[in-house]
Amino acid sequence: MIAINEIFVVAFALIGAFFSIVAALGLIRLPDIYTRAHAASKSATLGVMSILISVIIFFVTEEGLFSSRTFLGILFVLTTAPIGSHLIARAAYYSDVPLWKGSVQDDLSKNKEHVMPKKRVNRDN
Amino acid sequence: MPFQLMLNAFLAVLWMFLSNSFTTSSFIVGYLLGLIAMFAMRRGFSSRFYLGPVIALVRLSIRFLYELVVANIEVLAVILKPRLDIQPGIFAYETTLKKNWEITLLSMLITLTPGTLVVDISDDNKTLYIHALHMPEADEAVAAIRNSFEKAILEVSR
Repeated sequence: MIAINEIFVVAFALIGAFFSIVAALGLIRLPDIYTRAHAASKSATLGVMSILISVIIFFVTEEGLFSSRTFLGILFVLTTAPIGSHLIARAAYYSDVPLWKGSVQDDLSKNKEHVMPKKRVNRDN
Repeated sequence: MPFQLMLNAFLAVLWMFLSNSFTTSSFIVGYLLGLIAMFAMRRGFSSRFYLGPVIALVRLSIRFLYELVVANIEVLAVILKPRLDIQPGIFAYETTLKKNWEITLLSMLITLTPGTLVVDISDDNKTLYIHALHMPEADEAVAAIRNSFEKAILEVSR
């Protein structure tokens, strides 16, 4: 007989591993850095989260101890992963990394004009 | 809102002293009784009764987890499809949110929801520049989702 908690542990671990593989495949397949940031931020977050959830369920049911550090790990991954990918995309954009074949580029036309002079001012100082 | 939380905890401690039993369960009983008393006296507070924002926050986080799963399935479909038929692009989005933490929360939610990634926030905190994975369908549907997110955040902070 397979207990129901084992089903949950295995399911969450498999889902997490699968989404991690998808994130890695996305890094290989997608064309430019911005679309890669999509794959890295979303799939990796959910992958790591469900692996950690499976760890929590396993230790609660098998050993009877609730590891609060794993729970904190989920919270930290959830809060820091989007900010990391946002900062990487932003740094890439302002170092003039080109988009793949973007159809609409508002940022390029409007905001860059008024950020670039500030950059120059900073360089002079 | 923090004042109401403090007041409720104070009322719970007061109940523990009145009933002379210093246990967790008597704290919880006192907290619930204090909640009822504060709900009866809610017109005396300058801000609104604090359970509303708390419930809105819980609903926002449930919504957020749901959107995270949907986003992953969407990215999965894009990556595993044999032909790469995406049309990425960056569009500007005007936000009505004012405070810094609201904008941070909104951009985190946008980054973890289907097909969008915040690239930049303008200096006056009014425009978010969002990279969309698939431009034609993302433009309107995502703006609708985003409006509901903004409404939910306003519900929390109002």
